[in-house]
Amino acid sequence: MEMSGGSRLDPYVDRYAARTHGMTTSEIRALFAVANRPEIISMGGGSPNVSALPLEALGEMTAKLIAERGAQALQYMGGQGDSRLRELICGVMALEGIDASPDDVVVTVGSQQALDVVSRIFLDPGDVVIAEAPSYVGALGTFTQYQADVVHVAMDDAGLVPSALRDAIARIGREGRRAKFLYTVPNYHNPAGITLVESRRDEILEICAEAGLLVLEDNPYGLLGFDGPPLPALRSRVSEGVIYLGSFSKIFASGVRVGWVLAPPGVKEKLVMASEATTLCPVALSQYVVAEFLAHHPWQEQVKVFRELYRARRDACLDALAASFPAGSSWTHPTGGFYIWVTLPEGVDAKAMLPRAIQGRVAYVPGVGFYADGQGRRNLRLAYSLPEPDRIREGVRRLAGVLAEELEIAATFGTTSSGAAHE
Amino acid sequence: MSDLGHVLVLAGGVSFEREVSLSSGRRVSDALTHLGVEVELVDIDAYLLPRLTSDPPAAVFLAVHGVEGEDGALRDALDVAGVPYVGATGSAARLAFDKAIAKAVVARAGVRTPPSVALQHAAFRDLGGAVLLERVVGRLGLPLVVKPARGGSALGVSVVREAADLPQAMVNCYSYDSVALLERHVSGTELAVSVIDTGDGPVALPAVEIAPVTGTFDYAARYTAGMTEYHAPARLDNELATAAAEMAVTAHRALGLRDLSRTDLIVTAGGTIEYLETNVSPGMTATSLLPLAAAAAGIDLGTLCRDLLQRAVTRGVSTPGAPA
Repeated sequence: MEMSGGSRLDPYVDRYAARTHGMTTSEIRALFAVANRPEIISMGGGSPNVSALPLEALGEMTAKLIAERGAQALQYMGGQGDSRLRELICGVMALEGIDASPDDVVVTVGSQQALDVVSRIFLDPGDVVIAEAPSYVGALGTFTQYQADVVHVAMDDAGLVPSALRDAIARIGREGRRAKFLYTVPNYHNPAGITLVESRRDEILEICAEAGLLVLEDNPYGLLGFDGPPLPALRSRVSEGVIYLGSFSKIFASGVRVGWVLAPPGVKEKLVMASEATTLCPVALSQYVVAEFLAHHPWQEQVKVFRELYRARRDACLDALAASFPAGSSWTHPTGGFYIWVTLPEGVDAKAMLPRAIQGRVAYVPGVGFYADGQGRRNLRLAYSLPEPDRIREGVRRLAGVLAEELEIAATFGTTSSGAAHE
Repeated sequence: MSDLGHVLVLAGGVSFEREVSLSSGRRVSDALTHLGVEVELVDIDAYLLPRLTSDPPAAVFLAVHGVEGEDGALRDALDVAGVPYVGATGSAARLAFDKAIAKAVVARAGVRTPPSVALQHAAFRDLGGAVLLERVVGRLGLPLVVKPARGGSALGVSVVREAADLPQAMVNCYSYDSVALLERHVSGTELAVSVIDTGDGPVALPAVEIAPVTGTFDYAARYTAGMTEYHAPARLDNELATAAAEMAVTAHRALGLRDLSRTDLIVTAGGTIEYLETNVSPGMTATSLLPLAAAAAGIDLGTLCRDLLQRAVTRGVSTPGAPA
């Protein structure tokens, strides 16, 4: 193979769309490829603890489903999703105070596809999306692929700060730009582990309504609170102006890839068309499995099992952090969900520290990935959902050792870094 | 079918180059399968040694990069297990894998290499980070390349153009390895010269010229097709091409390597060639340099790997800890 004219090893390189230009492999992907090895205690990915499901019963249920209704479950279906499942989804949302019609629900391939279709129908290149600081990395990736600009708004321990939201909207307006929606995870935030307090919820909705800003409420963890009944969703307070995203990934199983959107009727029509263009229909077999689980299994009891399991893991993680992390670090205290957001002492860069952590056989997600603007260098996300409590304690202990070494290196070279915690 | 017998391609492991290694391993394994070789792709984990004992292969091809594949330990373990393998012995791999040591060994053989210092973190801690860095910059000048002494795929490597960026580059580097190599940056044309030895002594394949689109041959530029333009053979006059080939063969010999290696060089605007490093387990992915060089020489990758495996079988087991 003579290549004296030069080859870039990809004959299509000049044909890709502009939106692919950021799609390169990266060091961080290389590091995560190692993090999944069993030798490493990974508190990186937010994986649900699916081994706590009644797997044998689910196996029988699925076998019966295919034997008795395989002709439907293995066939195409309507793009909006199975009508029986949509009815059952309304029952799930009712637990968070939402009064919805199955007609306004669109089933999607996980709520990640919901993010994609919502972005597709609303975002033109250069549009602005307002999001919490930090925000879910998967949503940021989707907004970026639609060439939107993300403007972050501060959170404090009570969630999104209303005055900061007002300021951001005003600033975007002054710049002559147009914000299309506020993307928010109000409950047990990913990655911050923070919940928007009740007293701010109406105010946030009012600010957005005044500004003509849609609210994209992403609520995969809403039923996984450790203290008391589920918090009423933003969508439960208003019937217009909010597009609600739900998911079975965290309350049932992430591998079925079933999520949904609840949207006002006009929006819903466009979502169905956009979704059909992507997948024709959501996965029929998965929808049937979820519907059977909701209809015939004590699924709310299963959610209780998950809650207790995650509570024990959160406690293990918080206890270990308190016991071993150095002065100058701080972390959030989630009341539900999967994540603790850690702020490291001044001068430590969590992304730069990751190779050392992996050599120390522990993994996390560096904070910078949760911002579109380079903040978060001092932050990292710990997901406590998957490892056993003892492994979590050991993982945090290892991480504290890694951090001590990194602090020593940072002290030697006098590095400083910018980037705030959740404010 | 091949008469080579059952062979294993080892790939993966817990190194930072796990993903690259798996990709290399699959490519080698596919190429061998295509030739009818009975081959199996195996990860490096606690099951490996028992497996080598219970079902010993005729030989092993190491597509393992980074610490596990190149620091010599796995090669020593294969010697102990009594399994022949393709490539350098453990002790030779250790020499080559440490860039600071390799530079010294190769320089002794008369090869030019940019001036550099290799420093443990403890040196900075004990002597004062800021003062020592200042002296290093004073001596070597800017820009500087900061790289982990042991590691590959440009992980942890920074090109530092301003002194103010040096402290963070040091922190990034020490996260990968306890020894940092600070090397004077030499600008010019980057070359990779692969060397193979299928029994008649080490021979250089055509040099591959590397022209990253962004100007920096970092991790993304190495493994994202489209981000780097390669010229094989490199656009060099005959004299420079011969000099580059000789330099790679000299490095291969000086480091006591076997079978295959890849040496990275820079040709300056003034026409001098500087040695950077040698890899004992070169990448074999779709964007890797040795396969490009082999293709430019009209050598089929599968045939090359099969011949090297055959050579390993003929050579037999190395004595554990044998000198390079």
